[in-house]
Amino acid sequence: MSGVAERAAAAALRVDLQIIADMIPEGARVLDVGCEDGALLAHLVRGKNVDGRGVELSQAGVNVCVSNGLSVIQGDADTDLGGYPSDVFDFVVLSQTLQATRDPKGVLADLVRIGRRAVVSFPNFGHWRVRWHLLTRGRMPVTRHLTYQWYDTPNIHFCTILDFLALCGEIGVEIERGLALDEVGRVQPYSAVGRRANLMAAQAMFVLRRR
Amino acid sequence: MSVSSGGPAAAPAMRNGLAPAWGDLPGHRVEFGRDRPFRLDSGVELGPFTVAYQTYGRLNADKSNAILVCHALTGDQYVAETHPVTGKPGWWEMLVGPGQVVDTERWFVICANVLGGCLGTSGPRDIDPATGQPWGLSFPVITIADMVRSQKLLIEHLGIEKLFCVIGGSMGGMQVLQWATSYPDRVFSAVPIATAARHSAQNIAFHEVGRQAIMADPDWCGGDYLQQGRRPGAGLAVARMAAHITYLSEAALHRKFGRALQDRTGLSYGFDADFQVESYLRHQGSTFVERFDANSYLYITRAMDYFDIAAEHGGVLANAFRGSPTRFCLFSFTSDWLFPTSESRAVVHALNAAAANVSFVEIDSDKGHDAFLLDEPEFHATLRGFLAGCADHWSRGR
Repeated sequence: MSGVAERAAAAALRVDLQIIADMIPEGARVLDVGCEDGALLAHLVRGKNVDGRGVELSQAGVNVCVSNGLSVIQGDADTDLGGYPSDVFDFVVLSQTLQATRDPKGVLADLVRIGRRAVVSFPNFGHWRVRWHLLTRGRMPVTRHLTYQWYDTPNIHFCTILDFLALCGEIGVEIERGLALDEVGRVQPYSAVGRRANLMAAQAMFVLRRR
Repeated sequence: MSVSSGGPAAAPAMRNGLAPAWGDLPGHRVEFGRDRPFRLDSGVELGPFTVAYQTYGRLNADKSNAILVCHALTGDQYVAETHPVTGKPGWWEMLVGPGQVVDTERWFVICANVLGGCLGTSGPRDIDPATGQPWGLSFPVITIADMVRSQKLLIEHLGIEKLFCVIGGSMGGMQVLQWATSYPDRVFSAVPIATAARHSAQNIAFHEVGRQAIMADPDWCGGDYLQQGRRPGAGLAVARMAAHITYLSEAALHRKFGRALQDRTGLSYGFDADFQVESYLRHQGSTFVERFDANSYLYITRAMDYFDIAAEHGGVLANAFRGSPTRFCLFSFTSDWLFPTSESRAVVHALNAAAANVSFVEIDSDKGHDAFLLDEPEFHATLRGFLAGCADHWSRGR
């Protein structure tokens, strides 16, 4: 067994990744789109005997993953999901990446097509801090959670929780479960699908399936 | 199985100024196709024929640690030892050996000279038993699938049910893909490097230039040069020079040579090798003809040209990989324009479409296609990790 992967599996997962990991049952087939250094995949493969695959844009990330014995390809959500057959995974994970895709609508449709369930998390642009920043300063928001300037951000398709829910409705995606999260990914006690979450939640995570 | 790898030796006697007769070369040999003729893709039956191969390391008791290395167009079975003809290090010593990425302390490594080759496995340079003369152009045209079928006979001969890994670059990568699609249950993991599922029009074009250079040499004698006691050295050298350019990159050539002059301070205003790059290519050409047979070059380039896995599967590459249990890891190199990343990516997409288990890494390198033979730490580290991961899955039985 690869020592690095073991260490990765043993190390504490980022809070939001731990939430995803807890949703995924033993032995599931999982595709992690934008898997970064493979922390979630390693955790699932080693700890839950998951058949895990990954897609990652950065070469450095892919190399780390493959070096650790994970099955990961270099690619991205926009160009590399279309080729997968339908219903081939139990779960497809897209963590904090939807807002960086060129075609979020197409990506979302692909996620629920190739996975029987999709787990999608994203920063909520409707959060009060973002609104306050824009209202008081009249400049594009730069917060602790959204650190980029408008000209160098990879996040080209920001949305609010309500925007996201509207898109899901439009393309026939059913919300199976929703979680409102704070800036560091802790679960908040209120519903993720209402106006309160749209104002108060820094991020949201949804489990989706096609209707 | 205990294995002698025919250690480094002084170059054996040369025959016709070419590579030594196979009887003089170190290593293992096995004959096939005597009882049952070996049917080639062309429909011709070949037999008996010889496969020459080398092994490194030790096959374990349950024969579960075998790695088949497939060599490229002008490679051979001397992967990890001093070459018996050239006296140079083995072509993949950087990767294969004790403590290396493909660790021969752990794995039993097999490499066979390809069918049609000229270093011991039957090819056009050998004697046609029917005539007592060298085959020359009467040797049947062979394909990558024929090469792989002959390797399968070798693996069965060695009593190996399933290969832990089949690995190779360029034409070696084509053989890896052929193995994985022809015999998926016999290949636990597959590493096709800097390769493609079909030979592109541009690559066929380059091969045709090489073949025409050989056939335009008057010493080629319509392919009968061995009988005539001649050899088409000039033609084969030009073929090698043209091909060698495709193995490098503009950046690598510029870095290595620029416009530097060879042993002179000014231009000669003639057609000597004024530039270092010319001198280098001429050297590549002249050393190549010492170790390679011109007709073999024709046959093996043809085998690559004919390679098209999708064509065997209704034109849909993904169909070739349906239900594949093999774990794949593909590598490409950013500056490789002979087998560019797009070719590897096409294979990756087909594997995804078949829901196969695949990893894919593009390595940043300016060394062109040859990068797979060179010191590329990122490539080596990633491959090491992939093999370790596969060994882990093998031991867990999935």
